[in-house]
Amino acid sequence: MGVARFWRDHRIRYQLIGNACPICGNRYFPPRELCPDCHRESIGKMQEMQFSGKGALYSYTVVHETPDDFSDQRPYVMGIVELEEGPRITAQIVELEGEPVIGMPVEMVFRKIREESAEGVIQYGYKFRPAGVKR
Amino acid sequence: MRKVAVVGIGMTPFGELWDMSLRSLGIEAGLNAMVDAGLSSDEIDALYVGNMSSGRFLGQEHIAAMISDQAGFTRRNLPAIRVEAGEASGALAFREAFLSVAAEIHDVVIVGGAEKMTDVSDAMAQEIFAASVDQEWESFFGATVPSLYAMMARRHMLEYGTTREQMAEVPVNGHRNAAKNPNAHFRNQITVDAVIGSGPVATPLGVLDCAPVSDGASAVVLAPLEIAKRMTDRPVMIAGSGTATDSISLHHRKTLSGIPATTIASRLAYKRSGLSAKHIDIAEVHDNYSISGIMAVEDLGFVPRGQGGPAFQEGRFSADGEIPINLSGGLKAQGQPLGAIGIAQVVEVVRQLRGEGGERQVGNPEVGLTQCVGGTGGTCVVHVLKVV
Ligand SMILES: [Zn+2]
Repeated sequence: MGVARFWRDHRIRYQLIGNACPICGNRYFPPRELCPDCHRESIGKMQEMQFSGKGALYSYTVVHETPDDFSDQRPYVMGIVELEEGPRITAQIVELEGEPVIGMPVEMVFRKIREESAEGVIQYGYKFRPAGVKR
Repeated sequence: MRKVAVVGIGMTPFGELWDMSLRSLGIEAGLNAMVDAGLSSDEIDALYVGNMSSGRFLGQEHIAAMISDQAGFTRRNLPAIRVEAGEASGALAFREAFLSVAAEIHDVVIVGGAEKMTDVSDAMAQEIFAASVDQEWESFFGATVPSLYAMMARRHMLEYGTTREQMAEVPVNGHRNAAKNPNAHFRNQITVDAVIGSGPVATPLGVLDCAPVSDGASAVVLAPLEIAKRMTDRPVMIAGSGTATDSISLHHRKTLSGIPATTIASRLAYKRSGLSAKHIDIAEVHDNYSISGIMAVEDLGFVPRGQGGPAFQEGRFSADGEIPINLSGGLKAQGQPLGAIGIAQVVEVVRQLRGEGGERQVGNPEVGLTQCVGGTGGTCVVHVLKVV
């Protein structure tokens, strides 16, 4: 995939920037142009917000058959995390000791996602790790 | 809207077909459907094509015109329309073709689905196939299609107590049925133990929980019911058609333990047909992964939520059960040529409703259902077909 396509979303991926609808209060990650519930009422009024990066594990899987760009990380854990502000996101779960548990508290960390094979550009973004663990 | 019937069915074998190109696959399936309908090409008014990704598999777009040309339709400059909705491309093309006849835009149309997947490496095929899920917010982070279905499976197990053994019954059923289907990609029988012991893809799913990468094509001919009655003794009517969309990112949905677009699409199809889940005699459902079969029978209303696993285990969806499911073998065993899936489902249901299932015919079914999913449920298409 092209570099510009991912560069556009750098801030969102690096800092967990989403937005909120001032009419119904719903929060979105990634940010949306309009609120799907409030439609045109919300256009131009969506308010940017930074998510805390804290949440709970909603589901997970250990990925053994990986895309080529991820083969050096095999096997890795993918999860869907429910952020404390409401939205869910898909991310890798790292720094685990043993099998993860659905419902466990997790927190965002900033990590290398993959080496882009074609352009050789390294992609960064969020992963999650168990929260409240002494390191 | 006028009533519409299927008057011809055809397909190619599904599998790794090294000697067949997309063009030759499309033509073979189409010719089989025309021969079955007893029509010649000058009686066709339009061509619809379901295909997910010829651009990335073959570098060739604009394939509706290409297949139209190969079929000889460009002599009369017929309209040719390609439809794309991920793995549901063929099912949605079928619906568009149906609507064009129902709305009296065309009289006799042919709709084909085709995919040529094995000209690229297996890793590349998986990457192209994954384009039906969100590239920026799922694939970017390392999520694969089986990993997303695996997370659905994990929620289903947690919320309803579905077991690994129950999930394994879905591919076991598919392979058992495919053993009697000469067009199937796999005709070998498998066991629950073999599924559970198969190499991990994305836990809890193993290799035998996952449908294969296949080449293949399928086609049907549609006509207004009044004309169809003059063409064939056993026209099969499209009694109801429903489709629905949802977020293509799995994480944006309220539930992971079902596919809401299937529930909504099936309600629409039932309502339009005046029938309900209890009238369905046979069904072809989108069993791309073992968990998908369990979610399908729940989302379609065949069993209450959470009862899909036990019902498969009790044999209620086997060939000799209450609602035989995937008599063709389904995506798992008949094969998964993406754009061809949805139309192959119609081919099997029509075959059974006509009583032409041969070795795998089950009694005298009168109402059949097809369910086809794009991505993890961003699109679902459901059709109810009925003997007239
Ligand atoms: Zn709103």
